[in-house]
Amino acid sequence: MGASKLHKRLSKSRLSLSRGLSQLFGATKLEDSDFDDLEDILISADVGVSVSEHIVERLRVSAKSHRISDVAALNEMIREAMVSTLEQTGAPPELSCRPYVLLVVGVNGVGKTTSAAKIANRFKQEGKSVMLAAADTFRAAALEQLQTWARRLDIPIVAQHQGADAAAVAHDALSSALSKNVDILIIDTAGRQHTHSDLMEQLRKIKRVLNKVHEGAPHEIMQVLDATTGQNALSQLRHFNDAVSVDTLCLTKLDGTAKGGIVLAISNEFQIPIRYVGTGEGFDDLQPFEARSFVDALVQEQ
Amino acid sequence: MFEQLSERLQHTVKRVRGRARITEQNVKETLREVRIALLEADVALPVVKDFIKQIQQRAVGQEVMGSLTPGQVVIKIVNEELVSVMGGTSSGIDLKTRPPAVVLVAGLQGAGKTTTVVKLANWLKINSKKRVLVASADVYRPAAIQQLEKLAMDAGIDVLTPGASAALDIAQAALTHARSSGFDVLILDTAGRLHVDESMMQEIQDISRVLDPVETLFVADSMTGQDAVNSASAFNDALKLTGVILTKTDGDARGGAALSVRHVTGQPIKFLGTGEHLEAFEVFHPDRLASRILGMGDVLSLVEQVEQKVDKAKAEKIARKISSGKRFDLEDFREQIRQMEQMGGIGSLIEKLPGAAGLSGQLAGQVDDDQFKRVVAIINSMTPHERRMPAVIKASRKRRIATGSGTQVQEVNRLLKQFTQMQKMMKKMRNKGGMNRLLAGMKGRAPGMPF
Ligand SMILES: Nc1nc2c(ncn2[C@@H]2O[C@H](COP(=O)(O)OP(=O)(O)OP(=O)(O)O)[C@@H](O)[C@H]2O)c(=O)[nH]1
Ligand SMILES: Nc1nc2c(ncn2[C@@H]2O[C@H](COP(=O)(O)OP(=O)(O)OP(=O)(O)O)[C@@H](O)[C@H]2O)c(=O)[nH]1
Ligand SMILES: [Mg+2]
Ligand SMILES: [Mg+2]
Repeated sequence: MGASKLHKRLSKSRLSLSRGLSQLFGATKLEDSDFDDLEDILISADVGVSVSEHIVERLRVSAKSHRISDVAALNEMIREAMVSTLEQTGAPPELSCRPYVLLVVGVNGVGKTTSAAKIANRFKQEGKSVMLAAADTFRAAALEQLQTWARRLDIPIVAQHQGADAAAVAHDALSSALSKNVDILIIDTAGRQHTHSDLMEQLRKIKRVLNKVHEGAPHEIMQVLDATTGQNALSQLRHFNDAVSVDTLCLTKLDGTAKGGIVLAISNEFQIPIRYVGTGEGFDDLQPFEARSFVDALVQEQ
Repeated sequence: MFEQLSERLQHTVKRVRGRARITEQNVKETLREVRIALLEADVALPVVKDFIKQIQQRAVGQEVMGSLTPGQVVIKIVNEELVSVMGGTSSGIDLKTRPPAVVLVAGLQGAGKTTTVVKLANWLKINSKKRVLVASADVYRPAAIQQLEKLAMDAGIDVLTPGASAALDIAQAALTHARSSGFDVLILDTAGRLHVDESMMQEIQDISRVLDPVETLFVADSMTGQDAVNSASAFNDALKLTGVILTKTDGDARGGAALSVRHVTGQPIKFLGTGEHLEAFEVFHPDRLASRILGMGDVLSLVEQVEQKVDKAKAEKIARKISSGKRFDLEDFREQIRQMEQMGGIGSLIEKLPGAAGLSGQLAGQVDDDQFKRVVAIINSMTPHERRMPAVIKASRKRRIATGSGTQVQEVNRLLKQFTQMQKMMKKMRNKGGMNRLLAGMKGRAPGMPF
């Protein structure tokens, strides 16, 4: 189905929303309703009510105080405000040591395994030696899924069997990475609902075991978030961050119509940078996060 | 998962309940809060807007009846609209066709389709005694077919290992096999796909044409945000969905996507995924959901809840006290009565407890709901010391208490006797493990019900 065909089917309110947009970005004179329309755009992108209201209120005030009546200037102001929110989290960490251990975590089905493969591919393309570890020993065929990727990308993988102790797999993988002197070890873990405390405890155990094998490991804990997720992503992050302290984010499935605006609310609350975005199911569909283009897509007409 | 939404709305009701007349201003104020509550629960904006408009139309000119406040009237309308959007009772699954009845499962990537296919097959096997075949037409995602095979094998469900490498050929082969081997039901798992991916949407339309399914189920993740309207409406347009399965409801998502999906597809939500395991799967009850979203079945219970909000902390304290075997005094008793009154009386409360049916009959003649008020009045007339040590209440004290509460000495005697019985009952329930259930009931959650 084409995007234009889809667009036609959208409800009336969506159409009035896009009218609001053309007023906002096409017309020159600023109306009060333009601010309401902007709020709708943000809410529809999953930014959340309170953050959306906050952003719009700030804009309203500064538009007034700077006597801005020109839409283009306001447009620039909006983008700047959002970009600065996203950039205040700082840059993702450097790969400072060897082996650099990256632990991939998140709730069920967000794209952890696929992202782990994509990231492995990316580092391999950069000429680094990479190793994968299949520490999702719970879900049916999870390790076969990662093994298939490893074979396709010709990257070594450490795996045991379904039902094995995930921490033991992580342990073996790190020992192997140390002895083979690889640059980066990427560990995939099982999807888990952040509300299940026993599963969160399991994650802490993996972290502890890694640190015991090699002090400082894991060097980066990356939480994968699905762009189609709404306000629950905040709760996911709070819980994972409390349990294991999250260093970076990876925002997947941005190739659909979901905008992933919840990361604005997240950047507002946490100092956790977004390292990558996922834009497809292929191993090349991964890009470093770029705040400006993300914001452009967010306020863009669908 | 809908608890927070319900809390938020109840908070709203409380805020506006002081107002006496229905004015445009206080309706607006209430609706603003309702709007925020729904949006925070991830109900999609166009759906929220439709909702608010409908409610506004109904609210204008509405008479405020009895002791209700304008805000409560609006919330009552909100509740009714929610119920009407969610539909009536649970709709089940329709397999009335010449076998094999084909069920096609579709949805976005990672929604939970493969897991759900096996859960549904298992559910049909157990509940309808059907012979079910499952097959995967996901030729794209690494190890997707293996995943279904493993899950099915573990569950003892027949699974077809595809010989073909194109999704459409697999679908065709599965149908042929189901027919020739006399299966009642064929459930086809498909690859996750984006609604904007034209070729993938074409593929599933082709599969649907070949299979002519009786049920086409859209699997939706309960954590989905605003985008739920876009994906659900596109899948619905492409496939003529017959129902929705909402997954991952074991998390803490507020589940507004349920409303969005229902609103844009017009199709009922049929099942819920409540965990990763095979059995974590339930029939969905829309009526339960609607009242759960607002935390109330009708406006009367709403008003009750607003006016006499159950103090959970106190209830838990008492329950803990009782279950730990500590002395249960008349202050606790009074608190207990107040709480039970708010829960619909002791009879109805105890009836809800599995395994307590006998107890309920036993108690019916002894503690009846109408006596609650007099009992509370009697206890109110006691000194704190008397409440803690009922043994000190002798004749003269009884007379004083009866006069103070406008009752008779016999009634005071009866209360003291009932209190002793209550203590015994508590002990009995404690031994049966009933206290935990009672506690669960007090939190407003009937045991074993997700909503
Ligand atoms: N369109 C799109 N699909 C993606 C993207 N990333 C992952 N997927 C798909 O999402 C689905 C789930 O991805 P997985 O990598 O298996 O997710 P996971 O988090 O490992 O899942 P569990 O291990 O079961 O919790 C698969 O069908 C992937 O192909 C993306 O960026 N875009
Ligand atoms: N907690 C929880 N997890 C679930 C539920 N249903 C599915 N999952 C998990 O969600 C993840 C994705 O499930 P799948 O069945 O692989 O999803 P899918 O839609 O087939 O994914 P693709 O085929 O990659 O598009 C897995 O980790 C499942 O175990 C549920 O009700 N609760
Ligand atoms: Mg995985
Ligand atoms: Mg699948």
